[in-house]
Amino acid sequence: MIVAALAFYLFSAMAVIGALNVIFQRNPVHSVLWLIFTFFNAAALFVLLGAEFVAMILVVVYVGAVAVLFLFVVMMLDINVIMLREGFLKYMPVGALIGVILLVELAVVFGAWTMAPQAEALRGLPTPDPSQITNTEALGQVLYTDYAYVFQAAGLVLLVAMIGAIVLTHRKRTGVRKQNIGAQVARDPKTTVTLVQVQTGKGLQ
Amino acid sequence: MNDADAASGFLTIGLSHYLTVSAILFTLGIFGIFLNRKNLIVIMMSIELMLLAVNINFVAFSSFLHDLVGQVFTMLVLTVAAAEAAIGLAIVVVFYRTRRSIEVEDINQMKG
Repeated sequence: MIVAALAFYLFSAMAVIGALNVIFQRNPVHSVLWLIFTFFNAAALFVLLGAEFVAMILVVVYVGAVAVLFLFVVMMLDINVIMLREGFLKYMPVGALIGVILLVELAVVFGAWTMAPQAEALRGLPTPDPSQITNTEALGQVLYTDYAYVFQAAGLVLLVAMIGAIVLTHRKRTGVRKQNIGAQVARDPKTTVTLVQVQTGKGLQ
Repeated sequence: MNDADAASGFLTIGLSHYLTVSAILFTLGIFGIFLNRKNLIVIMMSIELMLLAVNINFVAFSSFLHDLVGQVFTMLVLTVAAAEAAIGLAIVVVFYRTRRSIEVEDINQMKG
């Protein structure tokens, strides 16, 4: 119990430190690396909560895909780091004010919050006993049955995102010779080959 | 409250502990949006932080209420976050190609 509590404090402190560094780092590349650090610690918190599958998905999807995507884009764009920091202090007071207000509001909401007595009865999907069935198996059993349509919709969202990203970043480049299969297939002998009767001693005109 | 109670409150991790962490992360995300007004990429990272905070809330409630729906929904939020990051970064790249900058203040005209 004590180990779990200390682990919680360790991982949550590291997650908050990582989030602070994401915001305050000068170099966007460092920000991305701290973001990866924060995601790893959040995944550890998920493991502590008993949600192993979501934790692994968080590592795979966020660290493996999203953070690397960020890293690619940061390195692809030639950004003037010094110029981007201008006005950093200008927005600090209003940002801090809104942050504090939001934190106080969240504290008020969560501080007075208690679980309703009938909450147990209103559960949509009671978690099966973890000693009988693992978290991954339990999730798989509901994801492909009760939530099949939602699962398909999630796949559709990803498809739309993929097509959208390709369409947005695709560009026609001039001065590049490319194979045009349609033009190749459409060629026929009548337009491309001419038979010439060359007369002796005259040559080709 | 005597010392033993305080120690047990400190060492027994309840729902409120996780909600506190998530609230702090969410606030840091909002703070980051205000702080990095020039850098669009850091703003997107702040949005990812906020989505992570929401996910922590979902999983914490799911765990303490013994309800799996929260974890199913977390996966959907993850999907949407990944899609948002892909589209957003594509827009940033297209914007950088036309304007040679990713400052928020330069994004003031909706022309191609």
